[in-house]
Amino acid sequence: MIGESYPRIEDDLLLRGEGQFVADLNLPHQLHMRVVRSNTAHGLLRGVDTSSAIIQPGVAAVWTGADVADIGPIDFRQVGADQMVPYRQPILAQERVRYVGEPIAVVFADNAYLAEDAAEMVVADIEELEALVDVKEALGEFDFQLSTEAYLFEESTGDIDIGFAESEYVQTLELTIGRHSGVPLECRGALAVFHEDTKTLEFLGAAKVPFQNRDALANMLGLLPDQIVLHESHVGGGFGVRGELYPEDVLVALAATRLDRPIKWIEDRQEHLVAANHSRDQSHSVRFGFDQSGVIKALEVEFFSDQGAYVRTHGATVPTLTAAMLPGPYRIPNYRVIGHVRLSNKTPAGTYRSPGRYEGTFVRERILDAVSSATGLDRLEVRLRNFISPEEMPFDRQINALGTPVVYDSGDYEQMLRRMVRHIDNETLTGELKERRSQGEMVGIGYGFFVEKSGLGPYAGARVEVRPDGRVWIITGDASVGQGIETVMAQICNDVLRVGMENISVVHGQTDEFPRGLGAFASRVTAMTGSATYEASLKMRDRIVELTAEILGAEESDIEFDGGYIGSRGKPEHRISFGELTSLSSGLSGRTDDSPELVVEEWFESTHMSYPYGFHIAVVRIDPETGEVFIERYLVSYDMGRAVNPMLIEGQVLGGVAQGIGGALLEHFLYDDNGQPLATSFMDYLLPTVAEMPEVEVLLSEDAPSPLNPLGLKGAGEGGTPACGAAIASAIDDALGRPGTVRSLPVSPERLRDMCKRVSVQVQ
Amino acid sequence: MTFESMELKINGQSHRVEIEARKTLADTLREDCGLTGTHLGCEHGVCGACTVLLDGEPIRSCLMFAVQCRGSEIETVEGLAEDGELHPLQEAFKEHHGLQCGFCTPGFLMLAKSLLQADPDIGDEDLREMLSSNLCRCTGYQNIVTAVRSASSRMSQ
Repeated sequence: MIGESYPRIEDDLLLRGEGQFVADLNLPHQLHMRVVRSNTAHGLLRGVDTSSAIIQPGVAAVWTGADVADIGPIDFRQVGADQMVPYRQPILAQERVRYVGEPIAVVFADNAYLAEDAAEMVVADIEELEALVDVKEALGEFDFQLSTEAYLFEESTGDIDIGFAESEYVQTLELTIGRHSGVPLECRGALAVFHEDTKTLEFLGAAKVPFQNRDALANMLGLLPDQIVLHESHVGGGFGVRGELYPEDVLVALAATRLDRPIKWIEDRQEHLVAANHSRDQSHSVRFGFDQSGVIKALEVEFFSDQGAYVRTHGATVPTLTAAMLPGPYRIPNYRVIGHVRLSNKTPAGTYRSPGRYEGTFVRERILDAVSSATGLDRLEVRLRNFISPEEMPFDRQINALGTPVVYDSGDYEQMLRRMVRHIDNETLTGELKERRSQGEMVGIGYGFFVEKSGLGPYAGARVEVRPDGRVWIITGDASVGQGIETVMAQICNDVLRVGMENISVVHGQTDEFPRGLGAFASRVTAMTGSATYEASLKMRDRIVELTAEILGAEESDIEFDGGYIGSRGKPEHRISFGELTSLSSGLSGRTDDSPELVVEEWFESTHMSYPYGFHIAVVRIDPETGEVFIERYLVSYDMGRAVNPMLIEGQVLGGVAQGIGGALLEHFLYDDNGQPLATSFMDYLLPTVAEMPEVEVLLSEDAPSPLNPLGLKGAGEGGTPACGAAIASAIDDALGRPGTVRSLPVSPERLRDMCKRVSVQVQ
Repeated sequence: MTFESMELKINGQSHRVEIEARKTLADTLREDCGLTGTHLGCEHGVCGACTVLLDGEPIRSCLMFAVQCRGSEIETVEGLAEDGELHPLQEAFKEHHGLQCGFCTPGFLMLAKSLLQADPDIGDEDLREMLSSNLCRCTGYQNIVTAVRSASSRMSQ
């Protein structure tokens, strides 16, 4: 039933170790691909010597850029712009290498060990050029014609000049977010085979956006979409990173068509950390005006997004979302934003859970804290005075994001804030912290409020089938990256058909099973595919009612569903099972001749996104000697309109918080001045372990159902993440007793030690 | 390349494999024994997704060569369920939503099994300390800790 914390139908296989992740799949006679990557951040590629590699045992082929020069670069999947087209990535480097990790050759051999041996024999002749690692400082040259600024855009609402003229105070801040990324625990991989007899390419290990990747591959390889089938199997985490179309995916598919053998590629972790999309890495210069009552009148933001070496499939998604979502829950009537998408010699960037919102929420909430500090008003009071009220919903931001106007569909931000303040007994808690500070402890509380977005359209489809064995099948074109969509779709369907969760199967991510689909991103599957599943289930119910009434000779209004049976009210002997229905209904009026089973397909369309929201509170203690931050308490309040499975939503929030805390304190893809990456293993790129994680308290609410879909659903994939940086920064400031101290994430131990020293110098 | 023929004892069953000396235990389990439940998340001994038990002790199977395991008893996730029935740890992970994508799960299950065997009454702090040797990117760990705690009380009943 909807609203029930039902255990996941996905779990048994995974718990038994019977999951089928891409590395677990094999095909007879497969070749293993190993990628040779650039060790130089920027240089002219003079040549690649493969002569030693090709004669190694078990090697079938070695390709360099020249072998694939006929294949174009990888196109944008989202938010492309003409100016960015020249900055797309080729599948193997051609005349230049632009980041450490860029593929420059591939080796195909009988097994992974031999492929790796031979890859070490490939020698690249690279004339090193100066590497660009700080995009804010200067523009460089991308090639002889183009600068490293790939895209520059501006958005505004209201009148910024009037806003500043009306302001009693004007302040500026410089705020930066470090470079981090999703880093799913499963590395990327693919397995492809070309069937010569049918001229079709089968691609296994697809994830996230199988249909879009099918079309992109068809386009690049000169095949028709019908000639390519993508199969999604188990996926070991997505977070925006996994499942985008990368050079390696195209190379696997291409090699399958050219080498007459199946091709398997599984990357290792070191490769993943330099080759899969990075994210965040934005610096922001902000100017904001406000009055003595704490009301923000004007906000001007200029930001620089370090896109890395190429513009990949996401185009300008992250900067666009930053610009559109930065004002968050606050009215801010006059707003102007300028975004620079600039290239550097780092790994290319894309989306990562809560793209643009993690960055924007940090920036915005720092501003709210600064207003509090300048006016002497409480941090929470400043937020209350700037909130958009429920009466103003739907609230039109007058900015577009992902091709849709940003119109907040529903929300009661004040109610959530006040509820949380009561829940934690803020007055007592802040009093206790003050007392502890006076005893010499460095403890503090921080707040971060955010608006998320979810349910990106424009469409999602679902087919519901009752099969002769009585099982109900839900087939969708969308995808799972491990978040539990099978359970969620089954719950929505079961809420209507009452057939029992154990009798429902869900298919996703198979391009030969469904006409089309968008995929698992932008917290869209529950809201969009869930709505399609709901509508298909309703239609199926109507059909079953009609058929059963005819079979049982009952009134349609008396037909009820219970425990896998359909019966006539008050006549327990008059009931049939779903399986019986399929055979008994043969030839009846509700059946169409060409449908051997009961089948209903529905499409749900929405041109607007829905906007869930939430509030994070962090209580931290800092150790000025070690620079360590101990999170004593962490709370998240999240409103997703309606919870299909609260346990799963809580799980999403908890996981999101871990990633948000990682970005706030630990995770950082650092580079040296020559563009050499300094975090290429889990010894240097620090994912939070359980030892760094506080107990997180999650409070879900259903105050603001979305008016945009029949169940009031909003997405829940990203609500744990966006305000972590903001809340922790605010808490560290409070612990230091110096508002506005934290300007950069992550707050690494060395940065925090520096801050502590500065604060103590100021005190003396 | 020299191949060695050897016997591995895994989940109580004997597997004869022909492998190179340089082949890791993880690759051997996955490729030569058909036991793909053991996953590779980093191949440098940090993430713990490949954790299996060697004579009852948790080890990183990506950091051991299969030839080092001659004569030892190896336990993998495939051996946890008995007669089709989920192990109490597996039940608890399901009940408490201790997994999402499921990639790290086999490693956590084997780690948890060993530490509950060693100390069924392990304290909260020690439990967190021990579980911090493996990485999960989906769950934020909270439900994993809850699941292991719940399994430990179930198992000690």
